[in-house]
Amino acid sequence: MWKWFHQLASPPHFYRISLILAPWLGISGLILVAYGTWQGLFVVPMDYQQGDAFRIIYVHVPSAYLSMMAYMIMATSGAIGLIWRIKLSHAVAAAAAPIGAGFTFLALCTGSIWGRPMWGTWWEWGDPRMMSELILLFLYFGYMALRSSIDDTTKADKASAVLALVGIVNVVIVHFSVEWWSSLHQGQTVFKKGTMDADMRIPLFIMLIGFTLLFGSMLLRRIRTEVLYRERRTRWVREMILSPGGGA
Amino acid sequence: MKPRQQRMLAVGLAALGIAIAAGLTLRAFQDNMMFFVEVSDVAAGKYPKERNFRIGGLVVGGSVQRDEGSIDIRFEVTDTACTVPVTYSGVLPDLFREGQGVVAHGRMGEDKVFAADKIMAKHDEDYMAPEVADSLSKHQQDIQQAVAKGAVECGTSDS
Repeated sequence: MWKWFHQLASPPHFYRISLILAPWLGISGLILVAYGTWQGLFVVPMDYQQGDAFRIIYVHVPSAYLSMMAYMIMATSGAIGLIWRIKLSHAVAAAAAPIGAGFTFLALCTGSIWGRPMWGTWWEWGDPRMMSELILLFLYFGYMALRSSIDDTTKADKASAVLALVGIVNVVIVHFSVEWWSSLHQGQTVFKKGTMDADMRIPLFIMLIGFTLLFGSMLLRRIRTEVLYRERRTRWVREMILSPGGGA
Repeated sequence: MKPRQQRMLAVGLAALGIAIAAGLTLRAFQDNMMFFVEVSDVAAGKYPKERNFRIGGLVVGGSVQRDEGSIDIRFEVTDTACTVPVTYSGVLPDLFREGQGVVAHGRMGEDKVFAADKIMAKHDEDYMAPEVADSLSKHQQDIQQAVAKGAVECGTSDS
């Protein structure tokens, strides 16, 4: 187990594995998302109160979940990089940030579009869930800005890992905001029993898995470019580029 | 202690420190983090006096009165213990109906009537098909009963 783990942390080994893995994750993710979208738009019955507007949940919930998931991956790999000095884990953290920011933006947009007809407002300053999710977006922006403002990669890795670790507090707040304080945003649905009919819930789970697989594929591809850039002066990169396949 | 363990300890202690600091800060700002004030607190006089705030609760069944020929509306909100009357003039969200959770933004009048300038509907975490909802209308009756019972409790505890 540990041997396998150490092997994975070696950039050339990881590069080869991700070359094989990324397309499979991407294709299976696309299939699940396509199926889930079809179910969510055309098969699932409409909600007794919200009518068809509730169908945005099939994009909103997976995006919101990934916005936090990506952050946790970013912060955890940053911490691993700080403690064990594994170069690859910093590359993982750097690669995760823009994807996480994208899903955060998507979660905010879909929530706002749904909120206008249902709540009667696009945006409410002061709602703890909306505010903490917006802060999450700004944390991603700050993280990326910090990274690109430091030229030395090792220093940039360390500084941004510390920022990511501090920001975990906000992820906890995003998650529990609807339980700790009164909010306009509704409480937990997905993992609570009796809140959603099975024929609505199952497509949601399919979308959650599909989005996660797509996210995995995107992440692997981004880590690969990050690794290539960071290792651009090493022999294995040079050999791979010069080899007949060209390292495709 | 090996350098790696030292780094582990440093990261762990820093994380612990941040968690405690964040926890204390959030506790201190507990009231500000609340999006709305509960009806019972408003009924007990625990609300900001000189400024606007939000009140959240359920619309009491049968309490909605509309003025003919205008968009003025008057209704009561409850948290199943106390009720507060609300007046409003404007566009209501689609989900506004009796028994529905709402959040009203506005100011408390001298006459203990909440004058709202914005009404938002609060959706709950339940999603279901219309036919399922019909068979669940008993749930609505339960709320109504709780409201009727609770109103008595509120009056007795306050006086």
